Amino acid sequence: MINKTIAELSKELHAKKISSVELTQQFLDRIKKLDKNLNSFITLTEDHALADAKKADAQIAKGATTPLTGIPFAHKDIFCTQGIKTSCGSKMLDPYISPYDATVVTRLKDAGTVLLGKTNMDEFAMGSSNENSFYGPVKNPWDLERVPGGSSGGSAAAVAARLTPGATGTDTGGSIRQPAALCGVSGLKPTYGRVSRYGMIAFASSLDQGGPLAKSAEDLAILLNAMAGHDERDSTSVDMAVPDFTATLNDSIRGLRIGLPKEYFDEGLDKNVAIAIQNAIKEYEKLGATIHDIHLPSSALSIPAYYVLAPAECSSNLARFDGVRYGHRCKDPKDLEDLYKRSRSEGFGSEVTRRIMIGTYALSAGYYDAYYLKAQKIRGLIREDFINAFKKVDVIMGPTSPTPAFKLGEKVSDPISMYLSDIYTIAVNLAGLPGMSIPAGFANDLPVGLHLVGNFFEEVRLLNVAHHYQKVTDWHTRSPKGF
Amino acid sequence: MEWETVIGLEIHAQLLTKSKIFSGASTAFGAEPNTQACAVDLGFPGILPVLNKEVVHMAIKFGLGVGAEIAAKSVFARKNYFYPDLPKGYQISQYELPIVGKGHLDVQLEDGTMKRINITRAHLEEDAGKSLHEDFHGLSGIDLNRAGTPLLEIVSEPDMRSAKEAVAYLKSIHSLVRYLEICDGNMQEGSFRCDANVSVRRKGDSKYGTRTELKNINSFRYVEKAINYEIERQIALIESGGKVTQETRLFDPAKNETRPMRSKEEANDYRYFPDPDLLPVAVTEEMIKTIRDELPELPHQKRQRFMEQYGLSAYDADVLVSSRALAAYFETVVEESGASAKLATNWIMGDLSAALNKENLEITESPVTTAQLAKLLQRIEDDTISGKIAKTVFEALWNKEGDVDHIIEKHGLKQVTDSSAIEKLVEKIIADNPEQVTDYRSGKDKLFGYFVGQAMKASGGKINPQQLNELLKKKLSA
Repeated sequence: MINKTIAELSKELHAKKISSVELTQQFLDRIKKLDKNLNSFITLTEDHALADAKKADAQIAKGATTPLTGIPFAHKDIFCTQGIKTSCGSKMLDPYISPYDATVVTRLKDAGTVLLGKTNMDEFAMGSSNENSFYGPVKNPWDLERVPGGSSGGSAAAVAARLTPGATGTDTGGSIRQPAALCGVSGLKPTYGRVSRYGMIAFASSLDQGGPLAKSAEDLAILLNAMAGHDERDSTSVDMAVPDFTATLNDSIRGLRIGLPKEYFDEGLDKNVAIAIQNAIKEYEKLGATIHDIHLPSSALSIPAYYVLAPAECSSNLARFDGVRYGHRCKDPKDLEDLYKRSRSEGFGSEVTRRIMIGTYALSAGYYDAYYLKAQKIRGLIREDFINAFKKVDVIMGPTSPTPAFKLGEKVSDPISMYLSDIYTIAVNLAGLPGMSIPAGFANDLPVGLHLVGNFFEEVRLLNVAHHYQKVTDWHTRSPKGF
Repeated sequence: MEWETVIGLEIHAQLLTKSKIFSGASTAFGAEPNTQACAVDLGFPGILPVLNKEVVHMAIKFGLGVGAEIAAKSVFARKNYFYPDLPKGYQISQYELPIVGKGHLDVQLEDGTMKRINITRAHLEEDAGKSLHEDFHGLSGIDLNRAGTPLLEIVSEPDMRSAKEAVAYLKSIHSLVRYLEICDGNMQEGSFRCDANVSVRRKGDSKYGTRTELKNINSFRYVEKAINYEIERQIALIESGGKVTQETRLFDPAKNETRPMRSKEEANDYRYFPDPDLLPVAVTEEMIKTIRDELPELPHQKRQRFMEQYGLSAYDADVLVSSRALAAYFETVVEESGASAKLATNWIMGDLSAALNKENLEITESPVTTAQLAKLLQRIEDDTISGKIAKTVFEALWNKEGDVDHIIEKHGLKQVTDSSAIEKLVEKIIADNPEQVTDYRSGKDKLFGYFVGQAMKASGGKINPQQLNELLKKKLSA
């Protein structure tokens, strides 16, 4: 059962071959047994899960269901969950229990999912290795000495290790796609504005986007159907019709034009990753796609632009964590300034502190034009690059990450090299486009992710293109030894 | 040395919306602390602001009221600073692209002349909460009911040259926002407040002097006092060889002085940047047209009409149009009574205003209705009662003793106009005061008033004064 996709599990549940309570219990048992080695969950919500599962079974008995009714599920601990600890991977929010549900949480709950727990993550979603969590690093189930990627590392590792059939993630610069790639699962970052950000604790508001992680593109389509759509509580969520993402999965992709950016096959790319990606491209050619070389000349500037804009927004977004109303407060503050300084320096980890400081600097009087405004201009150029590219091609492909999973501790003392692991994904956030990572083989026995980028609001096409690949390959069905 | 004062005002008008600018929580004043603050106002993790469209409508109304450009696209920015009553650690405000651009307001000064005050801009923003420093035994209390209340900040050019001009401008804006029904104008509750930027320079200088910003001035009287104190302080400082420091100063009404705020509180770099949680505010020509068509008659238009239609003086017109309700009261009384506008003006600006002020009531709360005052004026004009007796009737009306005619009847206040009755009384007074009559007839003209007084006293003031004068003159000179 645990190796089945959500689509398959849904059939089993509806055919009453297994109850949601039984299924949920299986996953809970696995988490309790196996997560000691992975640390992919921060909070296990066993009681909630069993209660949800009972309700789901009643729904199934009544026949009032959705494809997600009774499916065990996990939320990244960045999504607010009413009455359940929402830590964002930070000491700052270790004692924090949200008074409300995020829109994504409400929608998935309404669709009938069963909440197993909240997954581990880099603190406030800042990181590419999940080593920045207050709750300790998450291990990669393919090799416990390696990182799962980040920041949605807990969600990716849990799906890979079959501790949950699916999970939510958030992606500000690659935080869904990079861990999906490193853990050998499928992950989708929708177009900015497609999924509500209400109740998703903000890192960089203009870049953050929630999305699903699961085993297959089909599962992602099922999950996105429940998650997507306008939310009047999020002014940046787009008010446009949401298609049925599952309806077109099998549409032909014959004649699909795939663009390969020269810039994504550069010197920083691991040789074996490159081979895996080239094989995947060949597979697409067999399916009737045509390959086109394209240029994204401004993409080289995406990392510096991102590391101005994201920290600038984060420095402001994280100002509310001041020890006054909720979250960590230092002991016996002398005065207001002491309260602020100690609560914040005790509550935030070093990467978060670094980014708050960079962002504060970039927005300061005298530097704003040189940093923030210039970075915004670069962002415009990057967007233009993609708009031009999509005049010639339907989908852009490349590696999700330049290397497979690296060792724990390997890049901790070198933030720049850590930042470079998102080199292919960040530009997509800056442009606001949808992006995906799907398993495409192995490099040195570690999973490799194929990165697919689509035009604005063309998740339908991305899912369709990914689904065809998964019909002719079995990389996405592989599971790590021992799990 | 002759000095010139330069003043610019920043006015914060709290917009009269039911709910907050970015959340659905109520904006009502005076609730228990923190009972009118939702997750958005409290700045909980994950919350997002959603703009209340009503505030855009109100800002456009104001912009049109001061003949300003309305921006097709305006942008909310974050003003970042830490303070316990600022839950998100930033205030959402418009910075580089405000919704209302350059405009102006023609203000009537005390001497009756008009002066144009230019308005730089007006922008939308959210209010912060309140810090309560008393009653917490060394700690501070935070009340976030006010957090997220919509404000329109109206920034003037430094066009005012005296505290009186500043007050005249402030009153005009005050009157305008109430006409437009976008602000209740309540200064005590803080829904209309102002900061003043004040500097002085030698007459003839083209450069402005260094300015100070005065805060915490919450009445028209304090605005004048604070500015005048500050002008004197700055002049004295410069004349004694010192220099004005650019700083924020708090007005202390108890001591009637301004004091610098602690410099720490203002040494902020606000790190403004566009708020990524909110889309730019788009205003179409069509929206502007619709709002323009709904605009009421504005104070300056009404003042002009009152002077032309009712022949009022500039001063009277100015007072009557100061609030829409007062102007409406006046017009209703004139219409219902058919009395002269001058008589109505005198009563409304005289006895009625005095009585309202004494009991601190608004015109809308007046115990004397327009119908009652109209009837009273009719009874004066048809000589049923004299102007003097009318004051007695007015008092009875104020005390809710009933209808005008009923009061006149009940107290026997009807004026005596029967000339034979008046003649009898005059003859009696002449007979009773032979000495005075002799003196009068021998040239002491001043004694005439004495006879009038005696007659009024004897009649309880009810004699028609004109008839009395005529008869007295006739009988005394006989």
